[in-house]
Parts: sequence; C-alpha cells; structure tokens
Amino acid sequence: MRLEEQIYFDNSATTKIHPEVAQAYIKTSEQIMGNPSSLHQLGSQASLLLRKARLQIAETMGCQPNEIFFTSGGTEGDNWVLKGTAIEKRRYGKHMLISAIEHPAIKETAAQLRELGFEIDEIPVTKEGIIDIEAFQSLLREDTILVSVMAVNNEIGTIQPIAQVAEILESYPQIHFHVDAVQAIGQIPTEDYLVPRVDFATFSAHKFHGPRGIGFIYWKEGRRLAPLLTGGGQEQNQRSGTENLPAIVGMAKALRLLFTNNQEKRQHERELQQTLRQALSEYQDVHFFTPADETITAPHILCFGLEGIRGEVLVHALEQQHIFISTTSACSSKKDLKMNTLQAMKVPGDIADTAVRVSFCAENTLSEVHKMIQAFALYHHRLKDHS
Amino acid sequence: MEYTEIMVRYGELSTKGKNRKTFIQQLAQNVRQALRPFPEVKIQALRDRMHLVLNGADANQVMQPLQKIFGIQTFSPVVKIELDEEKLKETALAMMKDHYVAGETFKVVTKRAYHEFIWDTHQINQEVGGYLFEHLPYAKVDMKNPDVTLRIEVRMDGIYLMSQVIKGMGGLPVGSSGKGMLMLSGGIDSPVAGYLAMKRGVKIEAVHFASPPYTSPQALVKTKQLTAKLAPYVGNISFLEVPFTEIQEEIKKVVPEGYLMTVTRRMMVRLCDAIVEHRHGLAMINGESLGQVASQTMHSMVAINDVTNTPILRPVITMDKLEIIDIAQQIDTYDLSIQPFEDCCTIFTPPAPKTRPKVEKAREYEARLDVEGLIQRSLEGIKVTKIDAQYDEHQAEKVWNIDGELVAETFEEEDFSDLL
Repeated sequence: MRLEEQIYFDNSATTKIHPEVAQAYIKTSEQIMGNPSSLHQLGSQASLLLRKARLQIAETMGCQPNEIFFTSGGTEGDNWVLKGTAIEKRRYGKHMLISAIEHPAIKETAAQLRELGFEIDEIPVTKEGIIDIEAFQSLLREDTILVSVMAVNNEIGTIQPIAQVAEILESYPQIHFHVDAVQAIGQIPTEDYLVPRVDFATFSAHKFHGPRGIGFIYWKEGRRLAPLLTGGGQEQNQRSGTENLPAIVGMAKALRLLFTNNQEKRQHERELQQTLRQALSEYQDVHFFTPADETITAPHILCFGLEGIRGEVLVHALEQQHIFISTTSACSSKKDLKMNTLQAMKVPGDIADTAVRVSFCAENTLSEVHKMIQAFALYHHRLKDHS
Repeated sequence: MEYTEIMVRYGELSTKGKNRKTFIQQLAQNVRQALRPFPEVKIQALRDRMHLVLNGADANQVMQPLQKIFGIQTFSPVVKIELDEEKLKETALAMMKDHYVAGETFKVVTKRAYHEFIWDTHQINQEVGGYLFEHLPYAKVDMKNPDVTLRIEVRMDGIYLMSQVIKGMGGLPVGSSGKGMLMLSGGIDSPVAGYLAMKRGVKIEAVHFASPPYTSPQALVKTKQLTAKLAPYVGNISFLEVPFTEIQEEIKKVVPEGYLMTVTRRMMVRLCDAIVEHRHGLAMINGESLGQVASQTMHSMVAINDVTNTPILRPVITMDKLEIIDIAQQIDTYDLSIQPFEDCCTIFTPPAPKTRPKVEKAREYEARLDVEGLIQRSLEGIKVTKIDAQYDEHQAEKVWNIDGELVAETFEEEDFSDLL
C-alpha cells in the first residue's frame, strides 16, 4: 500500500512527523554533536542551541524560558507533576483531586500514589463529559495539595472549564493546579487553558507533528516539585539526564509550525469534523459521544459508535479501505479496558463498546472525509447484515 | 501628568570655580550620551542648572538614566503651562495628585519674574495653596518643614511648576577628572573600586589579565559582564584583555615560590602602567583593601609599587570586606563576582606567599626575566572591545589593538534559524 493512499484519522494517538522537523532532527543529530554540559566549544554550541530552542518555545507559549522543562513526553510530565507534588508537599497534605476522565498517565499514577497512602478523589463529569464544577468545589479540602484537570479530553474532545477551576482555586493559593494539555495545544487557544492560576501544564511533541520521546512541562516560576530523575543536574537541577537535543530542536520547530496560521488550521479541522458528523447523523443507529455543542469541543476529535457493532470491528473494517481510526485512546485500545471517559459519563457498557474515535490534523482533506463517508456507508450495510 | 521638562541641579561642581565650565560641559556630554534613545530631548546646560526640554518624550523614561549619572545632585520633573490662573490651579492639583500621600504637609513657593501676571506672588501662594487644601484629602500646610514643596515660577513665556525633588548620584561628572585604568580581576573588590573612581569623575578603562588556558573563556565573559554593570554610569567602557599566560609561565619557571605573587603583581603594574601611557591615562585604579590578602599588606605595596611612579588609586583601601560587599550589591556586581571561575590572581598561587616581601629580593628574582620582551609581547596582543550595558557574549564584537586600530570583527554566534 502506498503511503499517499492511506487516510490517517488517528491524530490524537500520534501524528506524522513534519518533514521539516525530521530534517531538523537529523541535522542536529549529525552536526551538533557536543553535550550541552561540556565546557568546550562543541558543548557551548550545543548549549546555545538548547537555550535558543527553549527560548523559542517559551515565547510561543507566552512564558519565561526558565519555566520550560523538557521531559520525555506527556506520560513523564504527568508522572512528574503528580509524584513531584506528592513528595514535595506530603508534609502539608496528602489529598489530591483529579478529574474522572483523565488520561491513564494521570489515573495510574494516582493509583500508585494511593498505595503509598495518598487520598485521591475523582471529580465527576456530566453526561456530556465536562467536569461538574459544583462537585469539584465540594471535594476541595484543607489538605488538598494538587488539582489535575485535562484541558481537552483525549477520547471525546470535550474542553474542560479550566478558567472556572482556576477562579475557584484563586482562594486556595497553596494548591498545585496541573493541566494535562497534551490534546489541547494548537487545538484551542493557549490563553484558554494556560491561565495565570495554572501552575503546571504537560505537553507532548508527537501530538503536534514533532518527534517521539520528547515533551515539556510549563512550570510556573516559584512553584516547587521534587525531581524524579536525579543526577547530573540538567534542567535547573530538576530533571537530570543528557538533554535530547535533536528531539528538543525538532519539537521547537514543530511548535513554531503548529502556530503558523493556527486559526486557519483549527477552522479546517472543524470543517472536517462537521462534514463527517453531518453525514453520519443521517444514520439512525449512529450514536455520538462527542457533544454537538461546538463551544465545548475541540475541533479535531469526533467520537461515535454504530449501534450493535463493537468499535474494534468498525476500526478493522475501515482499515481494509486504508482508513485508520481508533477505538479509544491508543494507550488503552489494545487492552480490554472499558473506555474510561464514557464510563465516567455513565454511558451503558454495551453502548460504550461501540465507540470509535476519529481524530484529524490540519493536513487531512475534505476528500479524505468523503472517502470515509463512502466506506462507512458500504460497511454500514454489510456489518448490519451480519449482526 | 505630562511633564514638559526635567530640571537638573548640579552637585558640588557648582563650587568648582574656574573649572566649572568644563565640568558642566562634561556633564552635558554625559547626559546627552545617556539620553541617546531620546533624540527629541533638548539639553540646555546653564551656569547653575540644566534644563532637559522633553518635546514629547516620557518624563519617567528620561529620568531613569539620569539616576545613574554622576555630577547630578537632584532633578525635578517640570510642567510648563501658559499664563492662565485657572490652568495654574488645575495643573498644580494634578501634579500633587501624582505623588501626594494623604496626610503629608505641603507649601507653595512662588517666584514671579514676570510682573504683568494677574496675581502677585502672595496671591498665587494664597490661591493655589487654598485650592490644593480644598482638593487634597487630609492636606496640611506647613511653612517651615513641609513634606512637599510646590514651586511655581512665573516667567514671560509661561508658568513653570514642580513638586518633586529626586535625588541623583552626586559625585563628579565622569571624565572631568581624567582617565584611569581599572585593574579588573573579576572579584568583588575591583568593580566597586571602578564604581567609586567613576563617582569622583574618573573615566575608566577596564584592564583584565587573561591567562588561557589556565583561565577559562567563562572567566573572561564574567569580567565583561561586570564591566557592563559599570557601563550605565558612563555609556560604554573600553575593555582591554591583556594576554598574561607567557608572563605567568615564565615567572613560575624562574622565580622562587615565595616571590611568585610579588613578581606577578609587579609585572601587572608594569603592564598597566604601559597601557596608561599608551592610552593617555593619568592613573591606575585597583581594588586593594589593606591587609585583605598577602599582596595587599603595606610591605607588599612597597615591593609592588616600586616599579612605577604613576599614581595608583585604591578607592576601597580602608574599607572592610562587608562595606565593599554592600556597595557591590548596590551596584549589582556581587552575584556575578562570586561566580567561581579561576582568574589570573588565583592560578599559580603558592601555598604561602610572602606577606613581607623585600624590594631588593623582588628586583633580584625579576632580573632573571626578559621583562622588556615579555611586556612588549603582551602589549602587542592586547584586545580592546567596547562594552555597554546591553553586553551579551553572543553578540558580534569589534576588536581593536592598543593603538585603536580595528584588528578583528567577530560575528554573531549561529542563530540556528535553519534548525529551529
């Protein structure tokens, strides 16, 4: 199968690396060979490049360069903020709040912390998949040390009310407020989720056409986290380990490209989603999990199910036409886990089982969407006959 | 409040008799240099004060650099308005509101040079004072010791008002006392010495002895950053990087350990003296503080001073370390100074330098060196750069030799725009 025949609609799992990013990655690997920590000229050269990459990222995000810490990706970022807060603030409290629809990188980390004696409550969500602000407020306690709410849900694309959470947390200045922004960056305006009250935000490069294995956290100056990786003192002594310079450079470039004509890209993705949604809504037996209200959803994710057909079946059916979509977040789709977001939304299990997720990027085209609509029509017919 | 000019009062230079004119000219030149970002500001240097006519420039922005210019005692933002009594009252109130804190006492002082104005001095004081009293919350009048004095001057071309007096740096205009070479090591004391010398009107050039590879490029950058901290008081400072490796290696080879330090210092003073002569300076300046280290005992000074007749100014000679640190923090050089890079004073230091070296011995050991040749070669290798407050080690840099001939130009470091 030729690459150009593939229709890739699984961009929330990972995105294709941008050719210019790949170029920058290769060039940096080949030409900038020094370790940024080395004293000699090659070290200085690498360290200067590192500094410039960090500065460029900080400028794009609207923060200071010393507020950007490089990580290996979203999972590490989430682990670091939760565990780092737990270690740093355990004397002041052992209670944390996470939303019920967080990514496993948060949920599983929370599970591990529970075993260590931390109390972690989940903020329930409405049936539309948005956290319940009143419930959140009533769950806050004297000894709460962290609140973690994602900006955009990775399974159904709902935008969480970060500004509202922030406003409530204004009265709790000691609580660390973390936002998992892995699915949000470049999909909704940065100022919508990186509000001043946010202390930490997690990002991953391969979700925006950058390299794998690299990400960063925004870490508001003045806040404290315990390091998880100790050693040579890189990243202001907070995350040791030789910096992954080619990937960092690639990420800086990918981020710059992401924010070039960003609004047009978001509009384009929205149009793709609208087109698909409209076509699928012709079918009585298609059920949408992504709310119809566009003000509360990201432009790039559509989650739906075909009644009576397990999501997995639809994924493989479309795959035969070289159309790649996903059952659920890629991290759990190979395990036999119920979709945790849908479960939290109290969707009955048999309906949740039908869920598939289509996630776009700006490179996708309307004609690709039309091909999927055709393929769906074909399989709708065939699958229904056998079910 | 939109101010129209800044009035600058001179420091002690108004008492300097015949030299007064050159002092004022020097100050005007320094002010002009500092206000280069504001070409619209017109500078009028008069005998007893200086007027900076703003022509639309922002007073707060213009006043910032003034706070680092030596030779200014105080300055005040001034508003000029037309000869109109209503406008006078309103402007007086607006001006006071700009900085007045409830409960402060005030008085109005009027000078009326233009006698055609509708109110006389007394009336102006009464009318304006009364108006302010009515409109400022909790205002009190105090004729003897007011917190705020509002000064009004009625002249033919308009009325001038001012109510704030901002303290300047004092001292003498940099350059009015001539030029001196500051021996800048990178430690805490020498930048403070440079600052104090500038305060007394000395235009300084920074002389730094570098001994690569024993001293690191970072040590050099640090010293340039220190120079950048001193630059705002004068605009820019010439920085002389003096190659010192050969001299230190030679000394180490032939001089007994106990005299390494003394002979090294004698060579530094010789070099600095040659630079003073070459670049038309009048003195050397260093950061020596009596008794602080072996080279700074009086015995050492005798042995080291033996090589020159040029005055050596030692502004911090009688200060305690803590007093020096206080000033270093005030001028923001302390944090840079304590960065741990080896400089030429700390390499090759013997475990026990002589605190009472003898001049004769120093001369005797030194005779084993080719002093002339070493000095000559070092002078030829001097690199001069100009450093201003915006210094950044990654910037492009022009390099001159000691005679002021451009010898090299470095380029901005890679910007990596192809990668990023």
